[in-house]
Amino acid sequence: MIQRMIIAAAFVAALAGAAGCKGGKQKQAVVRLDGSSTVFLISQAVAEDFEKQNSQWKVTIGVSGTGGGFKKFCAGETDVQNASRPIKKSEAEACAAAGIEYIELPVAFDGLAVVVNPRNTWAEHITTAELKKIWEPAAQGKVMRWSHVRPDWPDKEIHLYGPGVDSGTYDYFTEAIVHKAAASRGDFTSSEDDNVLVQGIASDEGAIGFFGLAYFEENRDKLKLLPVDDGSGKGPVAPSVETVMKSEYQPLSRPLFIYVNKASLDRPEVKAFMNFYIAHAMALSAEVGYIPLPDAAYRLTAERLNRKTTGSLFLGGKSLVGVRIQDLLANK
Amino acid sequence: MTVQLTERPAGARTRASLADSRAAGAAGENAIHAICLLALILPLLLLCVLVLQAFLDGRDRLTWDFITGLPSRKAEAAGILPALLGSAYLMLLTAAIAIPIGIGAAIYLEEYTQPSRFASFIEVNISNLAGVPSIIYGLLGLEVFVRIMGMGRSLLAGACTLALMLLPMVIMASREALRSVSWSYREACYALGSDHWRMICKVILPMSLPGILTGIILSLARAIGETAPIITIGALAYVSFLPDSVNSSFTALPIQVFNWISNPKAAFHVNAAAGIIVLLTIMLLLNGLAIFLRAIYQRKAGQ
Repeated sequence: MIQRMIIAAAFVAALAGAAGCKGGKQKQAVVRLDGSSTVFLISQAVAEDFEKQNSQWKVTIGVSGTGGGFKKFCAGETDVQNASRPIKKSEAEACAAAGIEYIELPVAFDGLAVVVNPRNTWAEHITTAELKKIWEPAAQGKVMRWSHVRPDWPDKEIHLYGPGVDSGTYDYFTEAIVHKAAASRGDFTSSEDDNVLVQGIASDEGAIGFFGLAYFEENRDKLKLLPVDDGSGKGPVAPSVETVMKSEYQPLSRPLFIYVNKASLDRPEVKAFMNFYIAHAMALSAEVGYIPLPDAAYRLTAERLNRKTTGSLFLGGKSLVGVRIQDLLANK
Repeated sequence: MTVQLTERPAGARTRASLADSRAAGAAGENAIHAICLLALILPLLLLCVLVLQAFLDGRDRLTWDFITGLPSRKAEAAGILPALLGSAYLMLLTAAIAIPIGIGAAIYLEEYTQPSRFASFIEVNISNLAGVPSIIYGLLGLEVFVRIMGMGRSLLAGACTLALMLLPMVIMASREALRSVSWSYREACYALGSDHWRMICKVILPMSLPGILTGIILSLARAIGETAPIITIGALAYVSFLPDSVNSSFTALPIQVFNWISNPKAAFHVNAAAGIIVLLTIMLLLNGLAIFLRAIYQRKAGQ
């Protein structure tokens, strides 16, 4: 009995070993992506269509988050990095140290929606100054009621909801509103899963929160959107495909990026995939719930890819808050 | 599901406590009876609600195309085949690694070591390891298997990590089973002139096999639902091909389910529910297998 079991175990091990050797010899051409779960949705759509047309090539995508993905990208473990924010200085240095050159390509916009509970009858719009007052680190323990934000709002408790502090979404929101990335009060309900935030806000009358526009679009009946007034005089603007694309919904429109390893571009499968990505990013980003860049921006992006222009547009302290992506690309 | 499996020892304990309370009086007995019944019903009810919820949400998507399909951005077209096979291979490999090592360690600890300070030190640490959060094993696996041993983000690295996580549980369950074999059998063996290894091989192991198997399969059922360690060592979210070797990159069912749940579109939440049903079915089958094997070997051992 036992002998038979031992033989069976040895057989399985031998089989596994044999399979391992086989896999080592014939290596299939694979494009490896990793990074942001926000950009994942676009990359997945591109990969799906790309594989349909090019059955000889395969694509794999991981979701380690923008930060975790950059670690792998700068270690040369992946070819393409999905990023919901531009590369950070420390990450650029890590890439440089490993001798990895990269090409930065914006592929779509994401609007950040500021939402409240539908039973919230008092708030119709909000200014960026008020958002700062709510979210800045100094607000902890002080701004605890709606009346603390705007005196004519009721004396009711305010409850905050936001994405996890490791997400690119949180980084971008704090940079745009508090003017310092990753600086905010700590007493808010956070979740890596935006659907959890939707559920929380939908069942809490005093709630206010933010997340990607796609999550609001899918839950319109459960949430109330607050147009945002950036204080520039044009009044409150609600996020929509049009206002985000035309850079009117400011400062809470953010571009999404992919970074490609320049050396990987020499491989035919990576080159073909990247060309396919830029050519189809407009249609596919809209299909999965994001907002496409303007035409001109995609032309400039394609050019950037063809010329293999390396480096980032955002290093050297330049913020991406409130800039028009096509101006940025054209300036180069 | 674990409820079903712990039924026997729990029942034995219930009977024992009932016997005690009978002495204490009928009222006490009734109270204990009610409390024990409640303890049984509560987790069962909770489980039923969860399973029912997942089933109602996901049944419409639970088609053959769903099980044999590849991932897609369209919820209706998306399938779970790479995740399903990824999980299956992961379990097979994990079992192949964890079982021989786990049983071997248990036999050594139970049959070959003398009680000593060193032995009890190891004992305490194995128990401690069983309580370490799974993400820690993931981080360890990332550093040791993926980076230092150069396995890459492969099935093999995932299986090694999961095997490491399961080992304390397998060792403890196996030791428990070995210990439960009555001492008189050992004495009988020695009396017949058997040597130590022969006794372990022919008598102790076969007799303790039901317990060992139950422990192994229960820990495998836990491993199949683990997400954190395999995400850490680099399982992927989108793979449109099936693993063809132990060096293949892979995805697994819990990752696919998590991925769908966090999608903004409600249609994907239905997919997630369907994925949960598939995962639960596999766990039920594994647990069923545990009961079946135990029953078979118990009958054999009884002969």
